[in-house]
Amino acid sequence: MEIHMEYYLVISTIMFFAGIYGFITRRNLLAILISIELILNSVDMNFVVFNRYLFPEQMEGLFFSLFAIGISACETAVAIAIIINIYRNIRNIQAKNLNQLKD
Amino acid sequence: MEYSVLILLLPFLSFIALGLLGTKLKPVVAGSIGTAVLGICALLAYATAATYFSMPRMDGVREAITLFTVEWLRFTDTLSIELGILLDPISVMMLVVITTVSLMVHIYSLGYMHGERGFQRYYSFLSLFTFSMLGLVVATNIFQMYIFWELVGVSSYLLIGFYYTKPEAVAASKKAFIVTRFADLGFLIGILILSYYTNTFSFDVLNAGDASLFSKAAGTTFMGCSVMSWAMALIFMGGAGKSAMFPLHIWLPDAMEGPTPVSALIHAATMVVAGVYLVARLFPVYSMETPEVLVLIAVVGAFTALYAAVVACVQTDIKRVLAFSTISQIGFMMVSLGVSGMGGHEGLGYMASMFHLFTHAMFKALLFLCAGAIIHAVHSNEMSHMGGLRKYMPVTHVTFLIACLAIAGIPPFSGFFSKDEILAATFEFSPVLGVVMSFIAGLTAFYMFRLYYNIFWGEESRHEHTPHEAPKSMTMPLVFLAAVTVVAGFIPFGHFVSSDGTAYTIHLNWAVAGASVVVAVVAIAIATALYRKKSPVPDRMAAAMPGLHHAAFRRFYMDELYLFITKRIIFNCVSRPIAWFDRHVIDGFFNGLAYLSQRASYAVRVIQSGQVQQYAYVILLGTVVIAALVLWLL
Repeated sequence: MEIHMEYYLVISTIMFFAGIYGFITRRNLLAILISIELILNSVDMNFVVFNRYLFPEQMEGLFFSLFAIGISACETAVAIAIIINIYRNIRNIQAKNLNQLKD
Repeated sequence: MEYSVLILLLPFLSFIALGLLGTKLKPVVAGSIGTAVLGICALLAYATAATYFSMPRMDGVREAITLFTVEWLRFTDTLSIELGILLDPISVMMLVVITTVSLMVHIYSLGYMHGERGFQRYYSFLSLFTFSMLGLVVATNIFQMYIFWELVGVSSYLLIGFYYTKPEAVAASKKAFIVTRFADLGFLIGILILSYYTNTFSFDVLNAGDASLFSKAAGTTFMGCSVMSWAMALIFMGGAGKSAMFPLHIWLPDAMEGPTPVSALIHAATMVVAGVYLVARLFPVYSMETPEVLVLIAVVGAFTALYAAVVACVQTDIKRVLAFSTISQIGFMMVSLGVSGMGGHEGLGYMASMFHLFTHAMFKALLFLCAGAIIHAVHSNEMSHMGGLRKYMPVTHVTFLIACLAIAGIPPFSGFFSKDEILAATFEFSPVLGVVMSFIAGLTAFYMFRLYYNIFWGEESRHEHTPHEAPKSMTMPLVFLAAVTVVAGFIPFGHFVSSDGTAYTIHLNWAVAGASVVVAVVAIAIATALYRKKSPVPDRMAAAMPGLHHAAFRRFYMDELYLFITKRIIFNCVSRPIAWFDRHVIDGFFNGLAYLSQRASYAVRVIQSGQVQQYAYVILLGTVVIAALVLWLL
């Protein structure tokens, strides 16, 4: 059975909007971080899929997604570090409690 | 004579040095620096005077020398303000008077202010005052004079309020500043009117006797008088404020809250005669262009002299008596200027006024310094706490007596000569005015000897400790000033200073002189009879006319009148509505604006939550909307 490109795209779109939904609705910082990862991964998937189906003789999409994965790993590490520090300071990682910088 | 610049610069430098380094210096060092600087200034002033007065006359006239002048501010091509030094007979005479009295006060203060808090500050203010006063007298133009005029006002304010922990002193300094400042407003308006019509500030040009300069101002009328008269009258208002002429005199008696040497320097000898000096400086203009203003000056002066003399007769505070006596004597000088004409014998009044200014500065400074020594000894200003001091304070007693005789006009002391010239000039102008002024001269003799007997004779009052003679640093200036008072009358003053700069030989008018001496002697005799021994007569006299006595004691309710006018009328009818308007309409408008924008920002700030998720949600919604629009429209 041949797997069409659209299947991948449907999956990645679902992942993307699930990420958006989670980003907007979750109140826990970790959940928000996970939502961001979902968004990034859906995009990575798009890169690979478009490269594979539309330009099979080229490699840019694959490499680009590799870079994106590396950078998102760094970003996650930084975000986790920030979240741990926040937790140490206020014993809480609920986004609505993070208003010390506001006033 | 270029070194004359130093007379001005040295006190200024001393002010800066003492003001900046004051607290780091020991009091003795600060005092010595101030005194030494003034000593040098005095020597330079004497040298300047000797050089100036020994210069040959040009066509029989002493000419005015402008030593140097710097352009300070240029308004238009024709109108600019300069700063410079002008030497002419009266400014040189004033240089001598100011530096002499100031030096004496500096020396005296070493003893009088010994151990006071703020000793260094005191000396730096004294230097500031001396600098400003010297700058005032050597001004080349009326605007420079105005600048220094305000500077002496400031230093007077600072020194009256020297004991700033005392509420009366603070109130007195404020009163002095506000009253003189109010008068200076008139002065400034006068200057502006004058310069607007003549296009010049320079005394040289104004006093050159060129009538065409004033024709424009004289031709314009305002409320029935020519603009020229208004300008000159307003300028006189400034002089009246500084010289404590009725009704702007109210600050001077209160100014006695300052240290006594300050009263001697500022409120007796130098600053308060600035008004007389101002009129004398512009005398050719007054005399040629606006003789009616001169009459006004004479009337104001005569009334002030009478008023102050009457009040002085019933005051009990020694410094208040001297303050009113100063007001009265300045009234004499004003009258003398007012009745004077230009040139030759006509200019007798001008010469007499300057002569009296000179002698009065010496003997009134002496009186104040004696008063300081007495206050130093008995720690009170009230006459009733004194009495019988002649045994304890021989030097003060003798010098005070000399000064009293001088101010009473007994020959051969200096006051006799100058006052006699004033009376002679007044009699020539109008016999009625002459009689009035002679009567005031009698009053002067009476109240001075009332003061003298109450302090040095009469019943000895209980003292906290036995009064003692003042230290050397205080008696030395007394002796020096007394010596000057004795001999100053024999100076051929007319050869130095006269209205048109020509030599004028003083002839005693024996009829007037004799009459004035008789009046003075009679007044002294009455004072002797009443006050030498404690007698019930003065009290009985006071009881016989309670209204007059009380009114005079309360200074004819001038202070109450001022308070009534300012507090009741001006505050209630003018200031209060304006304050209401300011608070409710002007402030209300802007407060309302601020309130509105605050409310608006509260409404908007909800959007700026800082919650990234919310922003993301909005971005998403926006994207959806735009996408929908794009889909529909394309």
